[in-house]
Amino acid sequence: MLEIKNLHVKLEEEDKVILKGVDLSIAPGTVHAIMGPNGSGKSTLSYVLSGKGGYVVTDGSATLEGVELLEMEPEARAAAGLFLAFQYPVEIPGVGNMTFLRTAVNAQRKARGEEELSAGAFLKVIREKAKALQIDAEMLKRPVNVGFSGGEKKRNEILQMAMLEPKMCILDETDSGLDVDAMKLVSEGVNALRGAGRSFLVITHYQRLLDHIKPDFVHIMADGRIIKTGGPELALEVEENGYADIVAEAV
Amino acid sequence: MAQLHAKQAKQDALAARLAGLDLPKGGWSAQARGAALARLSDMGLPGKRDEYWRYTDPAALNAVAPQPSDALRAETPIFTGKDKVRIVFVDGVFDAAASDPLDLAQVEITLLSQADAQDVHWAKPLYGTLEAVGQTPVPRPFAALNTAAAQEGLLIRVTGKAPRPLHISYRQTSNTSDVMLHHCVKVEDGAALTLLETGIAGARSNVVMEVQIAANGTLHHIRPQGRAHGKHLLTHIFARLAQNALFKSFTLSMNGRLTRNEAVIEFTGHDATAHIAGSAVGDGNFHHDDTVFVTHDAERCESRQVFKKVLKNGAVGVFQGKILVKQGAQKTDGYQISQALMLDDDSQFLAKPELEIYADDVICSHGSTSGAIDENALFYLQSRGVPKRAAQSLLVLAFLAEAIAEIDDEALAEDVRARMEDWLARHEGK
Repeated sequence: MLEIKNLHVKLEEEDKVILKGVDLSIAPGTVHAIMGPNGSGKSTLSYVLSGKGGYVVTDGSATLEGVELLEMEPEARAAAGLFLAFQYPVEIPGVGNMTFLRTAVNAQRKARGEEELSAGAFLKVIREKAKALQIDAEMLKRPVNVGFSGGEKKRNEILQMAMLEPKMCILDETDSGLDVDAMKLVSEGVNALRGAGRSFLVITHYQRLLDHIKPDFVHIMADGRIIKTGGPELALEVEENGYADIVAEAV
Repeated sequence: MAQLHAKQAKQDALAARLAGLDLPKGGWSAQARGAALARLSDMGLPGKRDEYWRYTDPAALNAVAPQPSDALRAETPIFTGKDKVRIVFVDGVFDAAASDPLDLAQVEITLLSQADAQDVHWAKPLYGTLEAVGQTPVPRPFAALNTAAAQEGLLIRVTGKAPRPLHISYRQTSNTSDVMLHHCVKVEDGAALTLLETGIAGARSNVVMEVQIAANGTLHHIRPQGRAHGKHLLTHIFARLAQNALFKSFTLSMNGRLTRNEAVIEFTGHDATAHIAGSAVGDGNFHHDDTVFVTHDAERCESRQVFKKVLKNGAVGVFQGKILVKQGAQKTDGYQISQALMLDDDSQFLAKPELEIYADDVICSHGSTSGAIDENALFYLQSRGVPKRAAQSLLVLAFLAEAIAEIDDEALAEDVRARMEDWLARHEGK
């Protein structure tokens, strides 16, 4: 599904190298988790993959189903099936949540040469999906993320994911700012989307999210590289002992 | 010495300007016209050194002849889905054939040129009166010029709740037309009207509207000013509100070499509300000025000024807004926001927000910002698959939304929104 090879990235504004050769291969239908200390480059990886400005790729490649992502505009990556659930979802005053979602869904359908969803058909789908995430009609009407609590913002991210039905989902610290109940709700939303060949890359600091969203592989990232890969037990090891031993071992 | 020269220059400009005009003698309006001319002689025409004209050069308005506008393009009609009474002015001249009969329940409508011949008319005590009041503390010479020289206008008296909106539709057929129109609107106790004002009156237009709203009266005013680029346009609204009166005015401006919309609002009765809002979008050789003066002289009145401008390719936006709260105008609620969204580095926004408060128990706030499109919001939309240009348009519309939200009638607001979207689509990415 997603193939990242020798990815090197630096900041555009200053001469600071963030990613120093990331290699990662995600097969269809699998769930990968990335853990790592602060500043190791996890969020940068998610931004570079989704096309945020401010970064320069100096080497390497990233392909989605064989197509090079790094040359594409962010909207083209989205239409190709990539989705990033933001760590800090952006507030957009003046744009209704519903309008935003419908514009996004139809823009992607149009880009893929599919027919746009009618207002009625869209409403039917979104009501059903919003209900599962306990998002009420009021929240759908409000401007995008404006005045939403931390939990509501993250649920709104998952609702967007459910509506857009991407092939490759990146979750950037989706657990941050969530209480236990909200984490369960969000995880259920993610788990409902598993299967059908859909892949996930879950970025997190904590093992507890991985109790709910069970990964097939766990990677440890430090100083711009993936330094260790294992199964779910690797997350448990980090939870107990921290990163120090793993980082020391890799050096 | 320099001051004396400046004064002489203003008088000379005025003399030249007046010489180029065919001043109507007027019937009952003669007295008001004469008084306006006397005021004007005292003030002279404005110059660039006047504080009130610091950001907008009045030269094109002072000139004896208007600058010819560009080749004329037909304006797409707006508010077509609304059942209304339409009155058409072509280059400032009433067009009976194109207009509906001047017949709207609860509303008396007469043409200034016709009414002026009558001995007695309700508009006599109103014509020029609010304009005269509005000359203090800031002189507005072009409004006095209008009172003195306007040949035509509508006198609208609302005696009950009007069942349909009244629509003043301007059309321009000559690219050198120099138009002065003077309207008077009197809303009686408990009466209500929606007034639509659309299009471009002439190559150069000077339009004054005096609005008097009695207790519990309501006037909704929605004014899309047309899309043609070559126009020079100056408007004044002078409104006086009695107890519990409501006045909401929204203006949409698209393009225009020079547009200055002045609103002078005065609260004389308690618990009245006035909202003055505007959205302006300009691309290139565009200068747009909103100048507002709100005087609170009664208790518990609410005023809102909401102005949003989208500027690109060297466009200039100006906002001069003042809230004056007089002694005794307790519990005043005054709000003022002016914001510009600059789509490039070439554009300019000049804002002068002012509060002057002599009462001690009031809430007044003002804010003025200018900035670029929020890059984070843009990326967020793109990352969801919305193409960059469409995402930009969505954010621009969102920026303008607060001003458009001042229109109560949802169908009319939707028409205004559609007009904006259309403009954005035409000007995307250029």
